[in-house]
Amino acid sequence: MSVLKVTNLTKNFGGIKAVTDVNLNIEMGEIIGLIGPNGAGKTTLFNLLTGIYVPTSGQIEYNLNTKVKTKDLKPHKMVHYGVSRTFQNIRLFKDMSVLDNVLLGFHSLLFKRSISRKDSFDEAYELLKKFNLLNKKDELAKNLPYGDQRRLEIARALASKPMILLLDEPAAGMNPKETKELKDLIFWIRNEYHLTIILIEHDMSLVMNICERIFVFDYGNLVASGTPKEIQNNKRVITAYLGEEAV
Amino acid sequence: MKKNIIIIISLLIAYLSGQYLINTGIIDSYLQLNIFLIGINIILAVSLNLITGFTGQFSLGHAAFMSIGAYTSAILTAKMGLPFIVALIASGIVSAIAGVLIGIPTLRLKGDYLAIATLGFGEIVRILALNTDYIGGAIGFNDIPQYTNWTYVFIMTVVTVLVIRYFLNSFHGRACIAIREDEIAAEAMGVNLTLYKVFAFAIGAFFAGIAGSLYANYFYFIKPDSFGFMKSVDIVVTVVFGGMGSILGSIVGAIALSVISLFLQNIPELRMVIYSIILFLVMVYRPTGLVGKKDKEGKYFKGLRKEDFQHVSAKGN
Repeated sequence: MSVLKVTNLTKNFGGIKAVTDVNLNIEMGEIIGLIGPNGAGKTTLFNLLTGIYVPTSGQIEYNLNTKVKTKDLKPHKMVHYGVSRTFQNIRLFKDMSVLDNVLLGFHSLLFKRSISRKDSFDEAYELLKKFNLLNKKDELAKNLPYGDQRRLEIARALASKPMILLLDEPAAGMNPKETKELKDLIFWIRNEYHLTIILIEHDMSLVMNICERIFVFDYGNLVASGTPKEIQNNKRVITAYLGEEAV
Repeated sequence: MKKNIIIIISLLIAYLSGQYLINTGIIDSYLQLNIFLIGINIILAVSLNLITGFTGQFSLGHAAFMSIGAYTSAILTAKMGLPFIVALIASGIVSAIAGVLIGIPTLRLKGDYLAIATLGFGEIVRILALNTDYIGGAIGFNDIPQYTNWTYVFIMTVVTVLVIRYFLNSFHGRACIAIREDEIAAEAMGVNLTLYKVFAFAIGAFFAGIAGSLYANYFYFIKPDSFGFMKSVDIVVTVVFGGMGSILGSIVGAIALSVISLFLQNIPELRMVIYSIILFLVMVYRPTGLVGKKDKEGKYFKGLRKEDFQHVSAKGN
């Protein structure tokens, strides 16, 4: 079943075409990778998908509990629809405790009254335990080591019980060991919560290992899509990364 | 539970001993005036702290809400002869409505821009009051009945602190703090920025209106210039002095600054100099304010939330 369908999506900033005529179709339960050189339009696409930017033209359609059309996309409504995200440059609530950061993830559920205050605490503790952060629950988020901050941001995103999780460069700044742990974590999240995961990543070992399908962007265009194997042998992808000469 | 009883008992003792000291005349009218002013300043500082310290929206128009409350209360008690309790609540509500009306357009702005916009709002309110003959214009509003007494000041101060503390302890309050920390992340987690900013603004304005009402009905007389830009700055100074994002800080700040200027009244030539030096020293040596630092260590709610205790006992963390 398709959960996200993007048709002819275009976003211009003045004369710059950040995203041009992109078509995507993402199935439930997939782990999708978005790759491409810096400035290829990956994060712009994320921002379009989460309502931060309004598309210049084209359609975005979510098929979750309800059907969500382009005009319904508002940043603060995305978690209500079931779409949660993390950010490229970690955006935690720095002067709040680790526990309060996760508790804020329950905001949309508390707001809808679909969870009680007590349950939100129980589930926050549960989530922190699963992410190995329980012993740091009273620390300020800004005092956590980098890897923990990344994981806390994912934990916070999961608290809203999303159906689609968007991860913007989750492995940025991590060493190989941390990246390996992250890989296991993402697999575990997908299986535990039955999510569709879309991630932007530059670390090819991670992308090639966990993504079932990969979309490659270059200068705002979707230049290739397919399984990791197909992508590795795709001429246009090699051109995008290494230039004409290398081919 | 035990903690609540201790709080209630100590509040009762504070109230009764205050009442006793006023009745017996040990607290003379001059001291009484200063105590009432401290109460009003606590209400103003705590309510501005909700807007500036917790929600992160820098406002320079808090005295305008006080002024709206003061004039509303003056009209209702002096011109219409309504009971004080009605006027008190009505002033809060009128100020809150003003807060919503001014909040919706201005809260899209951030930082310096919001400060300028709220400053403009404060001036608009002052000029309007200055040019409305019905409320006395530049001459001021005279003969307001003196209803404000120790009971009203004490109860309203306690209610303000408790309501704002309760609000901050709820998930709504957490959303406000999240807005201060990172608007984009808060929005991505489902926090409706406009709703919560306006909400915080309205609650802050409500209590500022109450403070204005207490003020008007204590001093017989109000004039537009009492609620000008300098008054707004005074409130901001109190909040920063006590500690942004700390309720206890605002209370301590309001008391400390009032007491300091009370003592300095004997040396009028040097008063503002010493006052400024004290502010300067506090900002240099405690940039987070008198008690601000303590609150900022992730302990906003520690010891406040019963859920924390339940988990401590149940899971042995």
